[in-house]
Amino acid sequence: MLIIGEKLSIIAKRVREAMMKRDKGPIQEIARAQHKGGAGMIDANIGPAEDGGEELMEWMVTTIQEAVPLPVCLDTTNYAAVEAGLKVHNNDYGLPMINSTSNDPERFPMLELAARYSCLIIGLTVGKGGLPADEEERSAIAAEIMARAMEYGVPLENLYLDPLVLQISTTQEQALKVIKTIGMFQELNDPPMKTVVGLSNISNGCPRHVRPVLNRYLLALLMYEGLTAAIADPLEVRETVKTIDVLMNRTLYAHSYLEM
Amino acid sequence: MAFVPPKESFAGRVFPVTIGSEVQETFGGENTLPFHTFEGEVPHRPLIAYEIQDVPPDDWPETVRMVYDGVSDDPVKWARHCVEELKARAITLRLIGTHPDNKDLSADDAAKTVSEVLGAVKVPFIVLGSNHVEKDSEVLVKAAEAAKGHNCIIGKAQEANYKTIAAAAMASGHKLIAMSELDINLSKQLNILITQMGFEKERLITDPMCSALGYGLEYTYSVMERIRLAALAQNDAVMQPPLVGDVGMYVWKIKETQAPEDALPEWGALEQRGILWEALTATSLMLSGAELLILRHPKAVDAVEGFIDELL
Repeated sequence: MLIIGEKLSIIAKRVREAMMKRDKGPIQEIARAQHKGGAGMIDANIGPAEDGGEELMEWMVTTIQEAVPLPVCLDTTNYAAVEAGLKVHNNDYGLPMINSTSNDPERFPMLELAARYSCLIIGLTVGKGGLPADEEERSAIAAEIMARAMEYGVPLENLYLDPLVLQISTTQEQALKVIKTIGMFQELNDPPMKTVVGLSNISNGCPRHVRPVLNRYLLALLMYEGLTAAIADPLEVRETVKTIDVLMNRTLYAHSYLEM
Repeated sequence: MAFVPPKESFAGRVFPVTIGSEVQETFGGENTLPFHTFEGEVPHRPLIAYEIQDVPPDDWPETVRMVYDGVSDDPVKWARHCVEELKARAITLRLIGTHPDNKDLSADDAAKTVSEVLGAVKVPFIVLGSNHVEKDSEVLVKAAEAAKGHNCIIGKAQEANYKTIAAAAMASGHKLIAMSELDINLSKQLNILITQMGFEKERLITDPMCSALGYGLEYTYSVMERIRLAALAQNDAVMQPPLVGDVGMYVWKIKETQAPEDALPEWGALEQRGILWEALTATSLMLSGAELLILRHPKAVDAVEGFIDELL
Protein backbone atom coordinates (compact mmCIF):
# COMPACT_ATOMS: atom_id res chain seq x y z
CA MET A 1 0.00 0.00 0.00
CA LEU A 2 1.48 3.30 -1.12
CA ILE A 3 0.59 6.25 1.11
CA ILE A 4 1.09 9.61 -0.59
CA GLY A 5 1.50 12.15 2.22
CA GLU A 6 -1.16 14.83 1.82
CA LYS A 7 0.00 17.37 4.36
CA LEU A 8 1.90 19.74 2.06
CA SER A 9 -1.11 21.52 0.64
CA ILE A 10 -1.53 25.19 -0.09
CA ILE A 11 -4.92 24.95 1.60
CA ALA A 12 -3.22 24.69 4.99
CA LYS A 13 -2.37 28.15 6.34
CA ARG A 14 1.03 27.21 7.75
CA VAL A 15 2.09 25.54 4.49
CA ARG A 16 0.75 28.40 2.38
CA GLU A 17 2.73 30.96 4.37
CA ALA A 18 5.89 28.90 4.14
CA MET A 19 5.40 28.56 0.37
CA MET A 20 4.91 32.29 -0.06
CA LYS A 21 7.92 33.16 2.08
CA ARG A 22 9.99 30.30 0.63
CA ASP A 23 10.63 29.17 4.19
CA LYS A 24 12.02 25.63 3.97
CA GLY A 25 11.71 24.92 7.70
CA PRO A 26 8.01 24.04 8.02
CA ILE A 27 7.90 22.26 4.63
CA GLN A 28 10.81 19.99 5.49
CA GLU A 29 9.54 19.37 9.00
CA ILE A 30 6.19 18.19 7.66
CA ALA A 31 7.86 16.11 4.95
CA ARG A 32 10.07 14.37 7.53
CA ALA A 33 7.14 13.63 9.81
CA GLN A 34 5.22 12.08 6.92
CA HIS A 35 8.22 10.02 5.84
CA LYS A 36 8.64 8.73 9.38
CA GLY A 37 4.91 7.98 9.52
CA GLY A 38 5.20 5.68 6.53
CA ALA A 39 4.60 7.86 3.46
CA GLY A 40 6.14 6.44 0.29
CA MET A 41 5.63 9.65 -1.67
CA ILE A 42 4.90 13.28 -0.78
CA ASP A 43 2.09 15.26 -2.42
CA ALA A 44 3.04 18.86 -3.22
CA ASN A 45 -0.24 20.71 -3.73
CA ILE A 46 0.46 24.24 -4.92
CA GLY A 47 -3.09 24.93 -6.18
CA PRO A 48 -3.67 26.44 -9.62
CA ALA A 49 -0.54 28.60 -9.15
CA GLU A 50 -1.18 30.85 -12.05
CA ASP A 51 1.58 33.30 -11.13
CA GLY A 52 5.05 31.93 -10.56
CA GLY A 53 3.87 28.31 -10.49
CA GLU A 54 6.96 26.98 -12.21
CA GLU A 55 9.37 28.49 -9.77
CA LEU A 56 7.20 27.46 -6.81
CA MET A 57 6.97 23.81 -7.88
CA GLU A 58 10.72 23.67 -8.51
CA TRP A 59 11.30 25.02 -5.03
CA MET A 60 8.83 22.57 -3.47
CA VAL A 61 10.35 19.51 -5.18
CA THR A 62 13.92 20.38 -4.24
CA THR A 63 12.94 21.44 -0.72
CA ILE A 64 11.09 18.17 -0.09
CA GLN A 65 13.77 15.97 -1.61
CA GLU A 66 16.50 17.71 0.38
CA ALA A 67 14.71 16.49 3.51
CA VAL A 68 13.42 13.02 2.59
CA PRO A 69 14.47 10.33 0.07
CA LEU A 70 11.03 10.10 -1.51
CA PRO A 71 9.45 10.87 -4.88
CA VAL A 72 7.01 13.79 -5.15
CA CYS A 73 3.43 13.90 -6.41
CA LEU A 74 3.09 17.12 -8.41
CA ASP A 75 -0.35 18.42 -7.55
CA THR A 76 -1.47 21.39 -9.68
CA THR A 77 -3.47 22.15 -12.79
CA ASN A 78 -0.62 24.31 -14.06
CA TYR A 79 1.06 22.41 -16.93
CA ALA A 80 4.23 24.52 -16.91
CA ALA A 81 4.59 24.12 -13.15
CA VAL A 82 4.33 20.33 -13.46
CA GLU A 83 7.02 20.30 -16.13
CA ALA A 84 9.28 22.52 -14.03
CA GLY A 85 8.85 20.09 -11.12
CA LEU A 86 9.60 17.05 -13.30
CA LYS A 87 12.82 18.67 -14.54
CA VAL A 88 14.32 19.05 -11.07
CA HIS A 89 12.89 15.85 -9.58
CA ASN A 90 15.47 13.34 -8.29
CA ASN A 91 14.30 10.04 -9.79
CA ASP A 92 16.78 8.04 -7.69
CA TYR A 93 14.11 8.19 -4.99
CA GLY A 94 11.43 6.79 -7.30
CA LEU A 95 9.35 8.06 -10.20
CA PRO A 96 7.41 11.31 -9.71
CA MET A 97 3.65 11.33 -10.15
CA ILE A 98 1.48 13.90 -11.92
CA ASN A 99 -1.74 14.82 -10.11
CA SER A 100 -3.64 14.71 -12.44
CA THR A 101 -5.18 14.16 -15.85
CA SER A 102 -8.88 13.43 -16.48
CA ASN A 103 -11.30 13.02 -19.34
CA ASP A 104 -11.40 16.80 -19.77
CA PRO A 105 -9.49 17.78 -22.97
CA GLU A 106 -7.86 20.64 -21.06
CA ARG A 107 -6.06 18.02 -18.97
CA PHE A 108 -4.77 15.88 -21.86
CA PRO A 109 -1.44 17.73 -22.06
CA MET A 110 -0.57 16.19 -18.68
CA LEU A 111 -0.51 12.80 -20.45
CA GLU A 112 1.96 14.19 -22.91
CA LEU A 113 4.22 15.19 -20.01
CA ALA A 114 3.82 11.77 -18.37
CA ALA A 115 4.91 10.11 -21.62
CA ARG A 116 7.83 12.46 -22.21
CA TYR A 117 9.19 12.21 -18.65
CA SER A 118 8.25 8.50 -18.18
CA CYS A 119 6.55 9.23 -14.88
CA LEU A 120 3.41 8.13 -13.06
CA ILE A 121 0.12 9.92 -13.51
CA ILE A 122 -3.26 9.97 -11.80
CA GLY A 123 -6.30 9.67 -14.07
CA LEU A 124 -9.24 11.27 -12.31
CA THR A 125 -12.42 9.70 -13.71
CA VAL A 126 -14.35 12.87 -14.35
CA GLY A 127 -15.08 14.49 -17.67
CA LYS A 128 -16.14 17.89 -18.86
CA GLY A 129 -19.74 17.09 -17.94
CA GLY A 130 -19.36 17.13 -14.15
CA LEU A 131 -19.26 14.45 -11.47
CA PRO A 132 -19.75 10.77 -12.35
CA ALA A 133 -23.03 9.28 -11.17
CA ASP A 134 -21.98 5.74 -10.28
CA GLU A 135 -19.39 2.98 -10.73
CA GLU A 136 -20.46 2.25 -14.32
CA GLU A 137 -19.95 5.83 -15.38
CA ARG A 138 -16.59 5.96 -13.57
CA SER A 139 -15.46 2.80 -15.39
CA ALA A 140 -16.58 4.15 -18.76
CA ILE A 141 -14.58 7.33 -18.19
CA ALA A 142 -11.62 5.25 -16.98
CA ALA A 143 -11.66 3.27 -20.21
CA GLU A 144 -11.54 6.50 -22.20
CA ILE A 145 -8.62 7.80 -20.14
CA MET A 146 -6.79 4.50 -20.65
CA ALA A 147 -7.28 4.72 -24.42
CA ARG A 148 -6.03 8.30 -24.36
CA ALA A 149 -3.01 7.31 -22.27
CA MET A 150 -2.03 4.64 -24.81
CA GLU A 151 -2.49 7.15 -27.60
CA TYR A 152 -0.04 9.49 -25.86
CA GLY A 153 2.40 6.65 -25.14
CA VAL A 154 1.85 6.37 -21.38
CA PRO A 155 2.21 2.71 -20.30
CA LEU A 156 -0.91 1.57 -18.43
CA GLU A 157 1.20 0.46 -15.46
CA ASN A 158 2.09 4.14 -14.95
CA LEU A 159 -1.56 5.19 -14.79
CA TYR A 160 -3.35 5.30 -11.42
CA LEU A 161 -7.14 5.51 -11.78
CA ASP A 162 -8.89 7.76 -9.24
CA PRO A 163 -12.66 7.23 -8.77
CA LEU A 164 -13.02 10.60 -7.02
CA VAL A 165 -14.05 10.25 -3.39
CA LEU A 166 -16.90 12.64 -2.55
CA GLN A 167 -18.02 14.12 0.75
CA ILE A 168 -20.08 11.86 2.97
CA SER A 169 -21.92 14.87 4.37
CA THR A 170 -23.33 15.93 0.99
CA THR A 171 -23.36 12.81 -1.20
CA GLN A 172 -23.59 9.86 1.13
CA GLU A 173 -24.68 7.33 -1.51
CA GLN A 174 -21.43 7.89 -3.44
CA ALA A 175 -19.18 6.27 -0.84
CA LEU A 176 -20.32 2.73 -1.61
CA LYS A 177 -20.15 3.44 -5.34
CA VAL A 178 -16.51 4.51 -4.96
CA ILE A 179 -15.71 1.34 -3.01
CA LYS A 180 -17.25 -0.82 -5.74
CA THR A 181 -15.41 1.14 -8.44
CA ILE A 182 -12.00 0.06 -7.07
CA GLY A 183 -12.79 -3.55 -7.94
CA MET A 184 -14.19 -2.62 -11.37
CA PHE A 185 -11.17 -0.49 -12.31
CA GLN A 186 -8.86 -3.45 -11.76
CA GLU A 187 -10.85 -5.55 -14.19
CA LEU A 188 -10.27 -3.07 -17.01
CA ASN A 189 -6.87 -4.57 -17.77
CA ASP A 190 -4.63 -7.56 -17.21
CA PRO A 191 -2.45 -7.02 -15.21
CA PRO A 192 -5.02 -5.10 -13.13
CA MET A 193 -5.10 -1.31 -13.31
CA LYS A 194 -3.62 0.58 -10.37
CA THR A 195 -5.91 2.73 -8.28
CA VAL A 196 -5.59 5.77 -6.05
CA VAL A 197 -7.93 7.94 -3.97
CA GLY A 198 -7.82 11.30 -2.24
CA LEU A 199 -8.95 9.70 1.00
CA SER A 200 -9.77 12.60 3.28
CA ASN A 201 -12.23 14.02 0.78
CA ILE A 202 -14.76 11.66 2.36
CA SER A 203 -14.74 13.65 5.59
CA ASN A 204 -14.47 17.14 4.18
CA GLY A 205 -16.91 19.35 6.04
CA CYS A 206 -17.30 16.91 8.95
CA PRO A 207 -16.45 17.70 12.58
CA ARG A 208 -12.79 17.42 13.46
CA HIS A 209 -13.12 14.41 15.77
CA VAL A 210 -15.12 12.43 13.19
CA ARG A 211 -12.75 12.94 10.29
CA PRO A 212 -10.01 10.41 11.17
CA VAL A 213 -12.66 7.78 11.92
CA LEU A 214 -14.31 8.14 8.53
CA ASN A 215 -10.96 8.24 6.75
CA ARG A 216 -9.65 5.07 8.41
CA TYR A 217 -12.74 2.93 7.92
CA LEU A 218 -13.10 3.96 4.30
CA LEU A 219 -9.45 3.08 3.71
CA ALA A 220 -10.00 -0.37 5.24
CA LEU A 221 -12.86 -1.07 2.82
CA LEU A 222 -10.89 0.26 -0.13
CA MET A 223 -7.85 -1.85 0.78
CA TYR A 224 -10.05 -4.92 0.87
CA GLU A 225 -11.14 -4.09 -2.67
CA GLY A 226 -7.49 -3.89 -3.74
CA LEU A 227 -6.61 -0.19 -3.64
CA THR A 228 -3.00 0.51 -4.72
CA ALA A 229 -2.39 3.97 -3.28
CA ALA A 230 -4.03 6.69 -1.18
CA ILE A 231 -3.32 10.36 -0.77
CA ALA A 232 -3.71 10.57 3.00
CA ASP A 233 -2.11 11.57 6.27
CA PRO A 234 0.26 8.66 7.03
CA LEU A 235 0.20 9.35 10.75
CA GLU A 236 -3.57 9.04 10.71
CA VAL A 237 -3.83 5.82 8.68
CA ARG A 238 -0.69 3.85 9.57
CA GLU A 239 -2.49 1.57 12.06
CA THR A 240 -5.22 0.91 9.53
CA VAL A 241 -2.72 -0.04 6.83
CA LYS A 242 -0.75 -2.35 9.13
CA THR A 243 -3.88 -3.98 10.49
CA ILE A 244 -5.47 -4.61 7.11
CA ASP A 245 -2.16 -6.00 5.84
CA VAL A 246 -2.19 -8.44 8.75
CA LEU A 247 -5.87 -9.35 8.33
CA MET A 248 -5.35 -9.98 4.64
CA ASN A 249 -2.29 -12.14 5.40
CA ARG A 250 0.13 -9.84 3.60
CA THR A 251 2.36 -9.49 6.67
CA LEU A 252 3.04 -11.98 9.40
CA TYR A 253 1.25 -11.25 12.66
CA ALA A 254 3.19 -10.59 15.88
CA HIS A 255 1.86 -9.00 19.08
CA SER A 256 3.94 -5.88 18.38
CA TYR A 257 2.95 -5.58 14.72
CA LEU A 258 1.74 -1.99 15.18
CA GLU A 259 5.18 -0.94 16.35
CA MET A 260 6.96 -2.21 13.27
CA MET B 1 9.06 -22.66 -29.15
CA ALA B 2 11.42 -24.05 -26.53
CA PHE B 3 10.08 -24.51 -23.03
CA VAL B 4 11.29 -21.81 -20.66
CA PRO B 5 10.93 -22.85 -17.03
CA PRO B 6 9.22 -20.12 -15.01
CA LYS B 7 11.42 -18.48 -12.41
CA GLU B 8 10.25 -17.07 -9.14
CA SER B 9 12.11 -14.08 -7.77
CA PHE B 10 11.66 -12.41 -4.41
CA ALA B 11 11.89 -8.88 -3.04
CA GLY B 12 13.48 -10.00 0.23
CA ARG B 13 16.86 -11.40 1.16
CA VAL B 14 18.17 -13.26 4.21
CA PHE B 15 20.82 -11.29 6.13
CA PRO B 16 24.32 -12.70 5.74
CA VAL B 17 25.91 -13.27 9.16
CA THR B 18 29.67 -13.45 9.62
CA ILE B 19 31.14 -14.96 12.79
CA GLY B 20 34.65 -15.51 14.14
CA SER B 21 37.64 -13.20 14.37
CA GLU B 22 40.89 -14.68 13.04
CA VAL B 23 39.07 -17.33 11.05
CA GLN B 24 35.63 -16.31 9.83
CA GLU B 25 32.61 -18.04 8.38
CA THR B 26 29.56 -16.47 6.74
CA PHE B 27 26.15 -18.03 6.26
CA GLY B 28 22.80 -16.73 4.97
CA GLY B 29 22.65 -13.96 2.37
CA GLU B 30 20.42 -15.74 -0.15
CA ASN B 31 17.50 -14.11 -1.97
CA THR B 32 15.82 -17.34 -2.94
CA LEU B 33 14.46 -20.53 -1.39
CA PRO B 34 17.00 -23.04 -0.05
CA PHE B 35 19.36 -24.27 -2.78
CA HIS B 36 17.29 -22.63 -5.55
CA THR B 37 20.45 -21.44 -7.27
CA PHE B 38 18.56 -21.55 -10.57
CA GLU B 39 16.26 -18.77 -9.34
CA GLY B 40 18.45 -16.49 -7.25
CA GLU B 41 21.71 -16.02 -5.41
CA VAL B 42 22.94 -18.38 -2.71
CA PRO B 43 26.24 -16.71 -1.84
CA HIS B 44 27.12 -18.86 1.19
CA ARG B 45 26.98 -22.54 2.13
CA PRO B 46 25.06 -23.55 5.21
CA LEU B 47 27.45 -23.72 8.16
CA ILE B 48 27.74 -26.87 10.26
CA ALA B 49 29.11 -26.51 13.78
CA TYR B 50 30.37 -29.47 15.83
CA GLU B 51 28.84 -29.61 19.28
CA ILE B 52 31.08 -29.97 22.33
CA GLN B 53 30.29 -29.53 26.03
CA ASP B 54 31.87 -28.07 29.15
CA VAL B 55 31.44 -31.42 30.92
CA PRO B 56 31.96 -35.00 29.66
CA PRO B 57 29.01 -36.18 27.56
CA ASP B 58 27.80 -38.83 29.96
CA ASP B 59 24.23 -38.49 28.73
CA TRP B 60 25.11 -39.01 25.06
CA PRO B 61 24.43 -42.50 23.67
CA GLU B 62 27.43 -44.79 23.39
CA THR B 63 27.53 -44.65 19.57
CA VAL B 64 28.25 -40.93 19.49
CA ARG B 65 30.08 -40.72 22.84
CA MET B 66 32.74 -43.25 21.78
CA VAL B 67 33.71 -41.07 18.81
CA TYR B 68 35.12 -38.56 21.30
CA ASP B 69 36.70 -41.08 23.72
CA GLY B 70 39.89 -39.70 25.16
CA VAL B 71 39.15 -36.05 24.27
CA SER B 72 35.70 -35.35 25.67
CA ASP B 73 36.91 -35.29 29.27
CA ASP B 74 38.40 -31.85 28.54
CA PRO B 75 36.66 -29.21 26.38
CA VAL B 76 39.99 -27.81 25.16
CA LYS B 77 41.16 -31.20 23.92
CA TRP B 78 37.72 -31.84 22.46
CA ALA B 79 37.72 -28.56 20.56
CA ARG B 80 41.24 -29.18 19.24
CA HIS B 81 40.22 -32.66 18.11
CA CYS B 82 37.23 -31.24 16.19
CA VAL B 83 39.34 -28.63 14.44
CA GLU B 84 42.53 -30.60 13.84
CA GLU B 85 41.22 -34.10 13.19
CA LEU B 86 37.67 -33.52 11.99
CA LYS B 87 38.31 -30.20 10.20
CA ALA B 88 35.37 -28.47 11.91
CA ARG B 89 34.46 -25.12 10.31
CA ALA B 90 32.82 -23.96 13.53
CA ILE B 91 32.24 -25.23 17.07
CA THR B 92 29.31 -25.01 19.43
CA LEU B 93 30.24 -25.05 23.08
CA ARG B 94 27.23 -26.00 25.13
CA LEU B 95 27.57 -25.08 28.80
CA ILE B 96 25.29 -27.90 29.89
CA GLY B 97 27.26 -28.42 33.10
CA THR B 98 25.84 -25.16 34.45
CA HIS B 99 22.30 -26.58 34.55
CA PRO B 100 21.07 -26.96 38.16
CA ASP B 101 20.10 -30.58 37.40
CA ASN B 102 23.52 -31.30 35.89
CA LYS B 103 26.67 -30.20 37.75
CA ASP B 104 25.29 -26.74 38.57
CA LEU B 105 28.63 -25.16 37.60
CA SER B 106 28.85 -21.45 38.29
CA ALA B 107 28.90 -18.62 35.76
CA ASP B 108 32.57 -18.12 36.60
CA ASP B 109 33.30 -21.78 35.85
CA ALA B 110 31.58 -21.31 32.52
CA ALA B 111 33.52 -18.14 31.74
CA LYS B 112 36.78 -19.95 32.48
CA THR B 113 35.90 -22.80 30.13
CA VAL B 114 34.91 -20.33 27.41
CA SER B 115 38.22 -18.46 27.71
CA GLU B 116 40.27 -21.65 27.62
CA VAL B 117 38.49 -23.15 24.66
CA LEU B 118 38.43 -19.94 22.64
CA GLY B 119 42.13 -19.49 23.37
CA ALA B 120 42.93 -22.96 22.06
CA VAL B 121 41.35 -22.95 18.58
CA LYS B 122 40.66 -20.29 15.97
CA VAL B 123 37.42 -21.36 14.27
CA PRO B 124 34.21 -19.39 14.95
CA PHE B 125 32.29 -20.29 18.09
CA ILE B 126 28.72 -20.59 19.18
CA VAL B 127 28.37 -20.44 22.96
CA LEU B 128 25.14 -21.87 24.32
CA GLY B 129 23.77 -22.07 27.83
CA SER B 130 21.94 -25.00 29.31
CA ASN B 131 18.47 -23.76 28.30
CA HIS B 132 17.65 -23.04 31.94
CA VAL B 133 15.98 -19.64 31.78
CA GLU B 134 17.26 -18.21 35.08
CA LYS B 135 20.67 -19.83 35.10
CA ASP B 136 21.35 -18.84 31.48
CA SER B 137 20.87 -15.17 32.34
CA GLU B 138 23.82 -15.41 34.75
CA VAL B 139 25.95 -17.83 32.78
CA LEU B 140 25.63 -16.25 29.35
CA VAL B 141 26.44 -12.76 30.66
CA LYS B 142 29.80 -13.99 31.99
CA ALA B 143 30.35 -16.23 28.99
CA ALA B 144 29.72 -13.34 26.59
CA GLU B 145 32.24 -11.19 28.46
CA ALA B 146 34.82 -13.98 28.44
CA ALA B 147 34.34 -14.32 24.66
CA LYS B 148 34.62 -10.60 23.95
CA GLY B 149 36.47 -9.88 20.73
CA HIS B 150 35.82 -13.33 19.26
CA ASN B 151 32.63 -12.36 17.39
CA CYS B 152 30.73 -15.43 18.57
CA ILE B 153 27.10 -16.37 18.56
CA ILE B 154 25.57 -16.36 22.05
CA GLY B 155 22.38 -18.24 22.85
CA LYS B 156 19.75 -18.82 23.47
CA ALA B 157 17.71 -15.77 24.32
CA GLN B 158 14.10 -16.68 25.10
CA GLU B 159 11.02 -14.64 25.93
CA ALA B 160 11.70 -14.93 29.66
CA ASN B 161 15.36 -13.87 29.62
CA TYR B 162 16.07 -12.06 26.36
CA LYS B 163 16.73 -8.66 27.93
CA THR B 164 19.76 -9.75 29.94
CA ILE B 165 21.18 -12.02 27.28
CA ALA B 166 20.68 -9.61 24.38
CA ALA B 167 22.26 -6.82 26.41
CA ALA B 168 25.26 -9.06 27.17
CA ALA B 169 25.66 -10.06 23.52
CA MET B 170 25.38 -6.43 22.47
CA ALA B 171 27.94 -5.24 25.03
CA SER B 172 30.53 -7.78 23.94
CA GLY B 173 29.92 -7.54 20.20
CA HIS B 174 28.43 -10.98 19.60
CA LYS B 175 25.62 -12.32 17.47
CA LEU B 176 22.56 -13.74 19.22
CA ILE B 177 20.22 -16.72 18.85
CA ALA B 178 16.58 -15.88 19.62
CA MET B 179 14.59 -19.00 20.45
CA SER B 180 10.86 -19.40 20.63
CA GLU B 181 8.85 -22.58 20.93
CA LEU B 182 7.47 -23.68 17.57
CA ASP B 183 5.23 -20.68 17.05
CA ILE B 184 5.76 -18.49 14.00
CA ASN B 185 4.08 -15.42 15.49
CA LEU B 186 5.97 -15.64 18.78
CA SER B 187 9.17 -16.07 16.81
CA LYS B 188 8.52 -12.79 15.03
CA GLN B 189 7.45 -11.17 18.29
CA LEU B 190 10.70 -12.14 20.05
CA ASN B 191 12.76 -10.74 17.18
CA ILE B 192 10.78 -7.50 17.40
CA LEU B 193 11.27 -7.25 21.16
CA ILE B 194 15.01 -7.83 20.86
CA THR B 195 15.42 -5.27 18.08
CA GLN B 196 13.40 -2.76 20.09
CA MET B 197 16.19 -2.94 22.68
CA GLY B 198 18.56 -1.59 20.05
CA PHE B 199 19.99 -4.98 19.03
CA GLU B 200 20.44 -4.95 15.25
CA LYS B 201 18.31 -7.48 13.42
CA GLU B 202 21.28 -8.14 11.12
CA ARG B 203 23.03 -9.73 14.13
CA LEU B 204 20.24 -12.13 15.03
CA ILE B 205 19.79 -15.81 14.28
CA THR B 206 16.29 -17.22 14.64
CA ASP B 207 15.76 -20.57 16.38
CA PRO B 208 12.13 -21.62 16.00
CA MET B 209 13.03 -24.74 18.09
CA CYS B 210 14.30 -27.94 16.59
CA SER B 211 12.75 -31.38 16.71
CA ALA B 212 13.98 -34.78 15.53
CA LEU B 213 12.62 -36.82 12.66
CA GLY B 214 9.67 -38.74 14.04
CA TYR B 215 9.29 -36.34 16.98
CA GLY B 216 7.65 -33.30 15.46
CA LEU B 217 10.14 -32.51 12.70
CA GLU B 218 7.24 -31.44 10.49
CA TYR B 219 6.37 -28.65 12.96
CA THR B 220 9.88 -27.21 12.86
CA TYR B 221 9.93 -27.72 9.11
CA SER B 222 6.75 -25.77 8.44
CA VAL B 223 7.59 -22.95 10.88
CA MET B 224 10.99 -22.54 9.22
CA GLU B 225 9.42 -22.65 5.78
CA ARG B 226 6.87 -20.00 6.74
CA ILE B 227 9.57 -17.76 8.26
CA ARG B 228 11.63 -18.04 5.11
CA LEU B 229 8.65 -17.19 2.90
CA ALA B 230 7.86 -14.15 5.07
CA ALA B 231 11.48 -13.04 4.68
CA LEU B 232 11.56 -13.51 0.91
CA ALA B 233 8.05 -13.11 -0.48
CA GLN B 234 6.69 -10.57 2.03
CA ASN B 235 10.07 -8.87 2.49
CA ASP B 236 9.52 -8.95 6.24
CA ALA B 237 12.78 -7.58 7.65
CA VAL B 238 12.17 -8.99 11.13
CA MET B 239 12.07 -12.47 9.66
CA GLN B 240 15.24 -12.06 7.56
CA PRO B 241 17.85 -13.32 10.05
CA PRO B 242 19.22 -16.80 9.22
CA LEU B 243 17.73 -19.88 10.91
CA VAL B 244 19.52 -22.36 13.14
CA GLY B 245 18.77 -26.06 13.54
CA ASP B 246 20.11 -27.32 16.88
CA VAL B 247 19.87 -30.89 15.67
CA GLY B 248 22.22 -33.13 17.63
CA MET B 249 20.71 -32.44 21.02
CA TYR B 250 17.27 -33.53 19.84
CA VAL B 251 18.31 -36.52 17.76
CA TRP B 252 20.62 -38.26 20.22
CA LYS B 253 18.05 -38.60 22.95
CA ILE B 254 15.31 -40.45 21.06
CA LYS B 255 14.89 -44.21 21.17
CA GLU B 256 15.74 -44.72 17.49
CA THR B 257 19.32 -43.61 18.18
CA GLN B 258 19.62 -45.77 21.30
CA ALA B 259 17.59 -48.98 21.01
CA PRO B 260 20.07 -51.89 20.72
CA GLU B 261 20.17 -54.14 17.66
CA ASP B 262 19.51 -57.34 19.61
CA ALA B 263 16.24 -55.90 20.93
CA LEU B 264 15.10 -54.48 17.57
CA PRO B 265 17.00 -56.22 14.77
CA GLU B 266 14.54 -54.97 12.15
CA TRP B 267 15.70 -51.37 12.83
CA GLY B 268 19.17 -52.14 11.51
CA ALA B 269 22.66 -51.32 12.75
CA LEU B 270 22.52 -48.96 15.73
CA GLU B 271 25.45 -46.71 14.91
CA GLN B 272 24.48 -46.24 11.31
CA ARG B 273 20.87 -45.67 12.33
CA GLY B 274 21.85 -42.80 14.64
CA ILE B 275 24.09 -41.20 12.03
CA LEU B 276 21.36 -41.40 9.41
CA TRP B 277 18.80 -40.01 11.83
CA GLU B 278 20.97 -36.98 12.57
CA ALA B 279 21.88 -36.42 8.91
CA LEU B 280 18.29 -36.73 7.70
CA THR B 281 16.94 -34.39 10.35
CA ALA B 282 19.61 -31.85 9.44
CA THR B 283 19.10 -32.07 5.69
CA SER B 284 15.34 -31.75 6.08
CA LEU B 285 15.77 -28.57 8.07
CA MET B 286 18.23 -27.19 5.52
CA LEU B 287 15.61 -27.74 2.84
CA SER B 288 13.09 -25.72 4.85
CA GLY B 289 15.50 -22.85 5.47
CA ALA B 290 18.14 -23.56 8.14
CA GLU B 291 21.54 -22.02 7.32
CA LEU B 292 23.30 -22.96 10.56
CA LEU B 293 23.28 -26.54 11.93
CA ILE B 294 24.61 -27.92 15.17
CA LEU B 295 25.55 -31.60 14.92
CA ARG B 296 27.34 -34.23 16.97
CA HIS B 297 28.46 -37.22 14.89
CA PRO B 298 31.33 -36.63 12.40
CA LYS B 299 29.83 -39.07 9.92
CA ALA B 300 26.54 -37.19 10.00
CA VAL B 301 28.46 -33.96 9.37
CA ASP B 302 30.23 -35.59 6.41
CA ALA B 303 26.93 -36.82 4.99
CA VAL B 304 25.33 -33.36 5.27
CA GLU B 305 28.38 -31.64 3.76
CA GLY B 306 28.21 -34.12 0.87
CA PHE B 307 24.54 -33.33 0.42
CA ILE B 308 25.32 -29.60 0.29
CA ASP B 309 28.05 -30.26 -2.27
CA GLU B 310 25.55 -31.99 -4.52
CA LEU B 311 22.96 -29.23 -4.26
CA LEU B 312 25.18 -26.16 -4.57
